[in-house]
Amino acid sequence: MAKDMHKTPMLDELESGPWPSFVTGLKRLAKDKDYMVDLLGQLEHSYETRKGYWKGGTVGVYGYGGGVIPRFSEVASQFPLSSEFHTLRVMPPAGMHYSTDILRKLCDVWERTGSGLIALHGQSGDIMFQGASTAQVQEAFDAINELGFDLGGAGPAVRTSMSCVGAARCEQSCFDEARAHRQVINTFLDDIHRPSLPYKFKFKFSGCANDCMNSIQRSDMAVIGTWRDNMRTDEELARQWYARHGMNELVNDVITRCPTKAIQLKKKSELAQGERISSVALNDELALEISNRDCVRCMHCINVMTGALAHGEDTGVTILVGGKRTLKIGDLMGTVVVPFMPMKTDQDYEALVELGQKAIDFFAENALEHERTGEMIERIGLVNFLEALELPVDANMVNHPRTNPYVRTDGWDEEVARVKARQANQASAEAGE
Amino acid sequence: MAEMRTPIESGVPDNKPYLHPLMLKNYGRWRYHDRPRPGVLHHVAKSGDEIWTVRAGTQRQMDLYTIRKLCDIADQFADGFMRFTIRSNVEIMVGKEAQVAPLIKALADAGFPVGGTGNSVSSIAHTQGWLHCDIPGTDASGAVKALMDELIEEFTHEEMPNRVRLSTSCCEINCGGQADLAVVIQHTKPPKINHDLVANICERPAVIARCPVAAIRPALVNGKPSLEVDEKKCVCCGACYPPCPPMQINDPEYSKFAIWVGGKNGNARGKPTFMKMVAAGLPNHPPRWPEVSAVVKRILYAYKDDARPWERMADWIERIGWPRFFEKTELPFTKYLIDDWRGSRVSLNASTHIRF
Repeated sequence: MAKDMHKTPMLDELESGPWPSFVTGLKRLAKDKDYMVDLLGQLEHSYETRKGYWKGGTVGVYGYGGGVIPRFSEVASQFPLSSEFHTLRVMPPAGMHYSTDILRKLCDVWERTGSGLIALHGQSGDIMFQGASTAQVQEAFDAINELGFDLGGAGPAVRTSMSCVGAARCEQSCFDEARAHRQVINTFLDDIHRPSLPYKFKFKFSGCANDCMNSIQRSDMAVIGTWRDNMRTDEELARQWYARHGMNELVNDVITRCPTKAIQLKKKSELAQGERISSVALNDELALEISNRDCVRCMHCINVMTGALAHGEDTGVTILVGGKRTLKIGDLMGTVVVPFMPMKTDQDYEALVELGQKAIDFFAENALEHERTGEMIERIGLVNFLEALELPVDANMVNHPRTNPYVRTDGWDEEVARVKARQANQASAEAGE
Repeated sequence: MAEMRTPIESGVPDNKPYLHPLMLKNYGRWRYHDRPRPGVLHHVAKSGDEIWTVRAGTQRQMDLYTIRKLCDIADQFADGFMRFTIRSNVEIMVGKEAQVAPLIKALADAGFPVGGTGNSVSSIAHTQGWLHCDIPGTDASGAVKALMDELIEEFTHEEMPNRVRLSTSCCEINCGGQADLAVVIQHTKPPKINHDLVANICERPAVIARCPVAAIRPALVNGKPSLEVDEKKCVCCGACYPPCPPMQINDPEYSKFAIWVGGKNGNARGKPTFMKMVAAGLPNHPPRWPEVSAVVKRILYAYKDDARPWERMADWIERIGWPRFFEKTELPFTKYLIDDWRGSRVSLNASTHIRF
């Protein structure tokens, strides 16, 4: 370090305490790089004045229109060395898995070409290589790219996606999240690297309804694992659970917390029989009985009695569209556009990609500038969106039917005929399987 | 000009080479899991294979020495693989139970708190703040560090009624996201406009279109084309600031903090819920934001004391009702907490269900 450190009394206060300190990390980097000495100076200046001092601009890499977040300092005269502090957004492997070998290689690149500061990960799911000068960005990207990594999205583009740990380590996984993530996202690389959509478009993939990726609230298209058949049970694990937790927890934490009261406690000898009933003994006398037609696949009982209760085998995904945070029209959650899509065969995964393609094409052609998919649907109505994507309406798409009469229904009979024809087609297709 | 290298548009890398070998072997064939202690997950595969995961908090914005230290620990005490959670916790996996205790010790000795599993307060989803964002009202990493220092016991123990997810956001765009308990900047004054710069920097029709309440209109100020804000209409959201930096919304004094509760991402029990604003007007007070921490802790410990097992923040409030929430947390219920945005009438009580 050639340059003396700026005084940073406020940041210094963030070095004490038990949680890992990013300030200590920044100071360690400043021992090697004067660049980071000034960065710390600017950050302290922000703490003192309670204002931010970065502005955007235009910085990129050859061949791409996005993926680099340009940052130029507004206080460069005071902190000249860190006047350019750009971020490279880089897409991680699905599920954010790494070998130490690849992490070390990525660190080596960033030690050579950047600040040495890496965020694992940003809120969109990118590895964020934070802090490179304009001149270094291309070299950094080239080296990262040679290691098999590629830039993520920024601006009005398909964005970097996220998927949960899923099939790699979770018994609740209902599909191959990493495969869906990679196959979908890698179809839209042109829309990631060359931003030209009305606004951002995010996919997220969660293996079950626990939705660890927060996809309903945070993505334009949420792909969430579920199942159609009966819940599975495991008597050995159920007996173990009951022996350990007892009646109070069974009643208070499992049975009464079922949102649709689909679970009942029964004497083993009085269990109902039926194709859509799952049951499992808790001891020699008592058993749980689950009505699968009433179950909404919320995951609660499976979370509590892990392994004893489990998702079914006819697995796939529910797809919701239109989630986003406040700006501009207020918070929107995604809403169901596909109640169930099987996700087992190569064709199933291709069908998912195809649906994503249709959604993006329609968004590109119909959304207003800076309008998210959810806002577009709010403006045009869900039915117009469904018809454009050739998705059949389904009562699973609503909390309840409309509560006002402001609709022109003179197409009712034709629509009934269409619904019936579709149901007949479906029935004959299923019979033919 | 030298010939430029054409990018390899490889997209999302295949994760298979980066999976722990036991995860690769048992991919999609897991049977159940349990948690032997806070910070440790134990997954059992249908094959009978077992894998232990030790989870630890990180500072997210990591210097490469910290990442190399994690690599050293994963190489020396584990099997050379790790992953990260959505909340920037590191997870290091081992194939033998005997490896767990030494791995925990190594992480703890290196300053990474082990925890964040089950009914704990996990690390805070956060944003960039003053370190890197172009529109921040406050810092992110510092606010998280300050708050997690105070909540460390709740991270390393599993003593909450259910999991608790926190987020912080440096502006109302709320990149930190929905959470059980969220800390979000809430501006309280309309933007201050530098009329000399607007014409050259801002695409004025686009800025006008961004405003959710149509409070911005074109104006000629000192002979220059600019924009003006109807300050009676303005809701101080800051939406105009990103497309038009001369409309400065951040203010050291008047950009305050609001606290939101009851956001739930998952579908377990009830459907997902949005969080609700329950406090505002807290000062932006670096480096440790003590006024914010005090309110966060008050809410958190009221929840911890009173909620039943498996009740998330939203479930607890649904049971006890909002009047009692404000009573228990000693937070004032003010007129600003009654929603008047579009669709807001569904948030009003259209019944005689009153709690006394």
